[in-house]
Amino acid sequence: MANDTYSKKVIEHFQHPHNYGKMKNPDGVGKVGNPICGDVMHLYIKVEKEIIKDIKYETFGCVAAISTSSVVTDLAKGKTLQQALKIDSNKVVKSLGGLPEIKYHCSLLAVDALKKAINDYLSKKKNEEKK
Amino acid sequence: MIMKQIYFDYAATTPVDPRVKKAMEPFFAHKFGNTMSIHSFGQEAKIALEKSRETVADLINAKSNEIIFTGSATESNNMVLKGIKAKHIIISQIEHPCIMETANWLEKQGIKITRISVNKYGLVNPLDVKKAIRKDTILVSIIHASNEIGTIQPIEKIGKICRSRQVYFHTDAVQSFGKIPIDVDKMNIDLLTASSHKIYGPKGAACLFIKEGTKIEPILHGGGQEMGLRGSTNNVPAIVGFAKTCEICKREMKIESQRLIKLRDKIIKNVLKIENTYLNGHPQKRLPNIINFWFSFIEGESLVIQLDLKGIALSTGSACSSAKLEPSHVLLAIGLKPQEAHSSLRISLGRWTTEKEIDYFIKVLPDIVKNLRRISPYGK
Repeated sequence: MANDTYSKKVIEHFQHPHNYGKMKNPDGVGKVGNPICGDVMHLYIKVEKEIIKDIKYETFGCVAAISTSSVVTDLAKGKTLQQALKIDSNKVVKSLGGLPEIKYHCSLLAVDALKKAINDYLSKKKNEEKK
Repeated sequence: MIMKQIYFDYAATTPVDPRVKKAMEPFFAHKFGNTMSIHSFGQEAKIALEKSRETVADLINAKSNEIIFTGSATESNNMVLKGIKAKHIIISQIEHPCIMETANWLEKQGIKITRISVNKYGLVNPLDVKKAIRKDTILVSIIHASNEIGTIQPIEKIGKICRSRQVYFHTDAVQSFGKIPIDVDKMNIDLLTASSHKIYGPKGAACLFIKEGTKIEPILHGGGQEMGLRGSTNNVPAIVGFAKTCEICKREMKIESQRLIKLRDKIIKNVLKIENTYLNGHPQKRLPNIINFWFSFIEGESLVIQLDLKGIALSTGSACSSAKLEPSHVLLAIGLKPQEAHSSLRISLGRWTTEKEIDYFIKVLPDIVKNLRRISPYGK
């Protein structure tokens, strides 16, 4: 039978989300919207020596969107940029103890936001180096 | 402290009233006959069936031979749209999916469908119906009271227009039946759908009122039950329960609706104190028991689950909670943007709702909204 209810872990993250909030002067920002259901996520990173020192997010969305936001920031915190770029939606879903199938797209949203924030940082850095 | 679970989703379904359950009991294993059998077992069931028909008819001022029993409101609505052989059908934009999807399907078969828009309160303008009626229009079907926002339509006026143009008028009265007075004669209704499980009766019983002389064909052909209009062995226990609940609703409607209106208005007054919160539907022309809000900057499913974790069960029109991941068509039809419909909450009250429950809800809601807004990128 398909799992169509939220796991305990999902509810835990949803009730007590980690790392949420806006960040002052972030080094990279990833803003993504979900074309399927309309959820929106803003993800902010602070980078030192190619390591994600701090990470925050703001999410407008359902239980799955909030809990995947929370867990993706946990997974990325303290990682090198290269390690963080390897975090995929499978990893997010697994860390949450599963997601209802209809909510898989939410885990993609969180991963996309992280990638976008890292790429934002990298392109800013590149531009500065050019100067 | 563990709160008792609070149920604010009576528009989805209701618990069976103990009096109804008791009335049904003998019909499971004792009076179990088939209404089509000519022996005493069958006759006993047949008598119960016909008595039930009278009771259900009585609630809407119909004749008993104008009521047929079906298995669900979805079935009744399907029967109307498919069984009235129409070339052109008029519906509203805020119908229940079982009308909307049936109309969509008929459209694919070549039937013409007009969907009347509603104003910001979810009201159909009867003049729009008048304008939409064409020479080949046979049927108009408008929901009596919205299952999502509770707005009550000017059914009597729409019915009058249909009657003067000799077009059949059907109303899906699933949410209003048993809760507010309905008189099919006075309201110029030709066909009406009602269901048992929304009014403290069992699931699996519903009815269709068909005014004498209306030309309609069955969709379930079979053994001649229900005046040949609906083949299937009669679900006598459920029908007896349906009738019992109609009898109770008729008797208690006035007092119960006054009680619910007070509770409803208390919720509306207090919830609107939360910043950036809006009422959906008409402020007055609404059912005693359905309330719908939208809260800026937050998403409805998150809200519903947070409330569920606090022991309160209710529902939302958010895309995230729907199987199709689309926001409610009703909320879009009243002019909400997709993200606004995404933020909606429906509260529906019923027979066992207490003021204490309302007070608890009013107490916990503001913090839940505040916490979700804290996580949101919007509204800062």
